Amino acid sequence: MSVTATHPAGSAALEALYQEQILAHYRHPHGKGTLAAADATVTTRNPLCGEEATVTVTLDRTGPDVRVRDIRFTSDGCSISQASASMMTDLARGRTATEIAALTDRFADLLRGDAAATHDETLGPLQAFATLSRVPARIPCALLAWKALADALRPQ
Amino acid sequence: MTTVMTRRADFPLLVRQPGLHYLDSAATAQKPAVVLDAEREFYETSYANPHRGAYALSARATECYHDARTGVARFFGLRDAACLIFTRGTTESLNLVATAWGMHNVRPGDEIVVTRLEHHANFVPWQQLALARGAAFRIVELTPDGRVDIDLLRHAVTPRTKVVAVAHVSNALGTITPLGEVAAIARSVGALVVVDGAQSAPHMAVDIEALDVDFYAFSGHKMGAPTGIGGLIGRREILEAMPPYQMGGDMIEVVGDERTSWNVLPHKFEAGTPNVGGAVALAAAVRYLTSIGMTEVRRHEQTLTAMAIERLGALPGVRLYGPDATRRSGVVSFTVDGIHAHDLATILDQEGVCVRAGHHCAQPLLRRLGVSATARASFFVYNDAADVDALVSGVRSAQTLFHGPRVVSPGTPARPATASR
Repeated sequence: MSVTATHPAGSAALEALYQEQILAHYRHPHGKGTLAAADATVTTRNPLCGEEATVTVTLDRTGPDVRVRDIRFTSDGCSISQASASMMTDLARGRTATEIAALTDRFADLLRGDAAATHDETLGPLQAFATLSRVPARIPCALLAWKALADALRPQ
Repeated sequence: MTTVMTRRADFPLLVRQPGLHYLDSAATAQKPAVVLDAEREFYETSYANPHRGAYALSARATECYHDARTGVARFFGLRDAACLIFTRGTTESLNLVATAWGMHNVRPGDEIVVTRLEHHANFVPWQQLALARGAAFRIVELTPDGRVDIDLLRHAVTPRTKVVAVAHVSNALGTITPLGEVAAIARSVGALVVVDGAQSAPHMAVDIEALDVDFYAFSGHKMGAPTGIGGLIGRREILEAMPPYQMGGDMIEVVGDERTSWNVLPHKFEAGTPNVGGAVALAAAVRYLTSIGMTEVRRHEQTLTAMAIERLGALPGVRLYGPDATRRSGVVSFTVDGIHAHDLATILDQEGVCVRAGHHCAQPLLRRLGVSATARASFFVYNDAADVDALVSGVRSAQTLFHGPRVVSPGTPARPATASR
């Protein structure tokens, strides 16, 4: 094996895994921070690595189903967990708990390598994580913030 | 480029996966063929429950177990082999001491001293013992380069100190603790010294009689033996005064309806059918290490460590943790600016390089270092310069991916291949 600055063979696989959308969200995350007057604040921790994600939400409880008015996250985690959390804030804002639960399940399907999920347009930018199914050790990173959001939306 | 001899051919997994750069031996070591053969040979020729049957095969298994203990004791320079208790590994050994010795000897107002370097296995049992017994729990801080601060240790140890628990080598940073100085300080107040030897036993010559410590715990799986076998070496008078840790078969002398008396050492601390196959394999592992020579093992790993420190340290944005190569074992802990350790490990994995990323079961240490995770490369006898090349190359790939090619130092030429495989 020749040792050079870049690996033409390996770099294609790397770029498939770390798609530009993921790196872009990691460098410039959306919805990063904390909401001052939050209705719910939940921190989840990945026990394997100690990584944490905290999600704060303001909620609209006037309808039959609770709806996310606004959302922020904080995390010191890896690019996978931060990019996933960043996309999550875009997708969750304005959605109901039922819609978010369905989206979370679909995202988990995608991460498990479900072929149908890779064509599901409702996942939007989350499709960038499709290749993560090849790296099962990192799937908990992608789901970390989503678990916090699910807890935040759980009926009191 | 320094050329270092490789023993890769002795390790079947590494032979089968020629592109693999296994740099996680601080977590667990790959197994040499001689260990796998010895275990298989035992099960195929000599297997029965030891210390039981009045038949020849059981006697043969008993002899194998006894010989394994003698061989492992000799590896550590231990004269009285009965003071080597076989356990599942370092974690069980340390829990044995914290429970069987600690619960009967530590009293309210006493003090327990550990260091900021400790693996959770030599931290949590003592913290919980202190809570259970109403004792004070003191953590000795480190020097800026990650060594136990001996002056702070001297201040932390008082006449109320009952035990000083310390890692011989830090699993997260590789720091080697000067046990002689630690033992002298503990000895001056009559405190016991309990040593976590998980990271020293595989990587350097350990002469237990010269170390003059009270307990030394180690894990076979980091030395090339299978998982589930390890040991605790203790002083005879302390072990004899201690109550048993677990109750069951083998560890008893006479069981009455109301009282039971205990078997002699080492059996008092080995309840139940022991891991004879593991012990036989561990004995083969220490024979393998002895055939290389522990001085040579240390020299080999030190060469690779110095090489890795120099080459990673030359990359912009790479931060190294821990002391210089002469004061550390074959462990290199590092972070790369702008790239989380987990991303780094995943990217390295894509290039066949196995490193650990995370807190290395040493959260109190990483909190103090101010990082949530580091990447850790660690060496053993089968590693060579090509593994260091692959590590450095992988870090540069990660930087290129995350930051673009500009971050890679323009003055660094592409390196020629040092070994093709």
